[in-house]
Amino acid sequence: MSVSTQNLPPQFEVIDQPLDTQMTISMGPQHPSTHGVLRLELVLDGEMIVKATPDIGYLHTGMEKLFEYKKYQQGIVITDRMDYLNPLGNNLAYVMAVEKLLGLEIPERAQVIRVLMCELQRIASHLVWLGTHALDLGAMTVFFYCFREREKILNLIEACSGGRLTPSYFRIGGIMMDLPGGFERRVKQFTDNFPPALAEFNTLLTGNTIFQSRTKGVGYISPEDAIDWGISGPSLRGSGIGLDIRRANPYTGYETYDFDVPVEQDGDVWARYMVRMREMTESLKIVRQAAARLKPGPVKADAPKVVLPEREAMKTHMDALIHHFLIVAEGFSVPKGEVYHAIEASKGELGVYVKSDGGAKPNRVHFRAPSFVNLSALPIMVEGEMIADVVAVIGSIDIVLGEIDR
Amino acid sequence: MSLFNDIVNSTKAIIKGMSVTFSQIPKQKWTVQYPEEPVTVQPRYRGQHLLHVDELGREKCVACFLCAAACPSDCIYIVATDDPRPAEERIGVDERYASVYNIDYGRCIFCGYCVEACPKDAITHGYNFELSVYSRADLLKTKDDLLITKQKQSPNYRVAFSDEDVDSEYKVV
Ligand code: SF4
Ligand code: SF4
Repeated sequence: MSVSTQNLPPQFEVIDQPLDTQMTISMGPQHPSTHGVLRLELVLDGEMIVKATPDIGYLHTGMEKLFEYKKYQQGIVITDRMDYLNPLGNNLAYVMAVEKLLGLEIPERAQVIRVLMCELQRIASHLVWLGTHALDLGAMTVFFYCFREREKILNLIEACSGGRLTPSYFRIGGIMMDLPGGFERRVKQFTDNFPPALAEFNTLLTGNTIFQSRTKGVGYISPEDAIDWGISGPSLRGSGIGLDIRRANPYTGYETYDFDVPVEQDGDVWARYMVRMREMTESLKIVRQAAARLKPGPVKADAPKVVLPEREAMKTHMDALIHHFLIVAEGFSVPKGEVYHAIEASKGELGVYVKSDGGAKPNRVHFRAPSFVNLSALPIMVEGEMIADVVAVIGSIDIVLGEIDR
Repeated sequence: MSLFNDIVNSTKAIIKGMSVTFSQIPKQKWTVQYPEEPVTVQPRYRGQHLLHVDELGREKCVACFLCAAACPSDCIYIVATDDPRPAEERIGVDERYASVYNIDYGRCIFCGYCVEACPKDAITHGYNFELSVYSRADLLKTKDDLLITKQKQSPNYRVAFSDEDVDSEYKVV
């Protein structure tokens, strides 16, 4: 069919390109398999990808700028909304960076609770990854089972923080509130019931030939490239490099927990899949150990100028009330300086850079978001692959657009 | 031959997968038939706020503005007014009370900072989560919507009765 191009308005560019050469198509930003509003500009030769360019910014919210207008403690709620599948990890990275500046000593129980909650959250985050990854590759059932298991974790998070997606459970100098009664029992109930569910996922996917042929040998990235592109987290460990910040640079007492860092050598979608599947088992191990370590004790640091007093004390003691008023109304001042703190979030190295000029609001907060860095390596993973494999590769690097466009 | 193997292996994989699916049928269901069935929320759940009153029905809020200062999204608007009448006739527990107390639910992020900040336990999170309205202006809730004596509670949720046993017991609010 020939279309007359004579009468088109000038803004329409007429591309004189016969169909047997390369074609540029736009995947997203409303594509369900790009896990958010990500647009990929793909140059195709037939079905093969010649060039891929991620185009981001559709979800830009200016969060980093927003930090500069909020008191330190108010920044915690913003971190929830970056990687919304791993909010507790974000909370932890931010509060630990500020605690580093303040030089606060966190009580033992608070540290154990932080580890416990972060590992539960990591499992929840991996479950969403698994469900959506499988859904992209055509396995619908896994998606429902994953979300059923995640629901149980969200119930636990809701029970202690009150929020499901945006818990804001950690505070600078401790945690918001102690765990509710009977929490250990409920965690135990979860850890007992989770392995059979994981076995189910393994039956449905890991041993499934269809799934294997969609993922094995697809989206390869070499260890050298992975390092050069700054990939971190499970995506890096899928390329044979066993770097895990919980091991390499432990925080919140991770050095005292017994867990393995799963590493796979193949560097393809399958390897990254296997790393995350095995990581869930390891996280479960940490959850069990942390739950066994919960001893009664304070959950907030002894720093009356920074940490809100207990409610009882606030109502009965004048000095506690004054501190309460000052912290809430004016915030606390943080010593001048800058700090970088990195944690192992579910997607990789989540680093927080905080610069303080001595006031109650940060001068600059920057996040080194793992999804952002991992996404930048997507082109070398997909170039030379078939177009149908792009969704498999995107799923395998587990990106969250809220974190990329912060 | 390899095509034949592929067919056999794929069929095996599908059968294996379906066996997992079928084994789910007798198990406990996690899906809640909302809104026909109520949703269970945990005791600490952060829903729509409630402004509390004391035993005599006087508002507990003393308009100290701490909640507004704590709020990260600046969505609380208060007008403080003096009420010099004798204690029994007052609207609030104290001489000073909030004659206007608005929360803009278009901005509120349900973070709980206002509840944490309030020194008088005057504001807490309720459990109402059905806040959708047809017009943006209706998201601005005034004292009439927030006071515990006036707020309409939805029948579509139940609160887990105790921290101990969250899945089975519940209380009707
Ligand atoms: S819950 Fe948070 S955002 Fe909402 S009114 Fe309270 S402090 Fe403000
Ligand atoms: S609700 Fe509480 S914090 Fe807010 S003004 Fe009233 S008394 Fe103060």
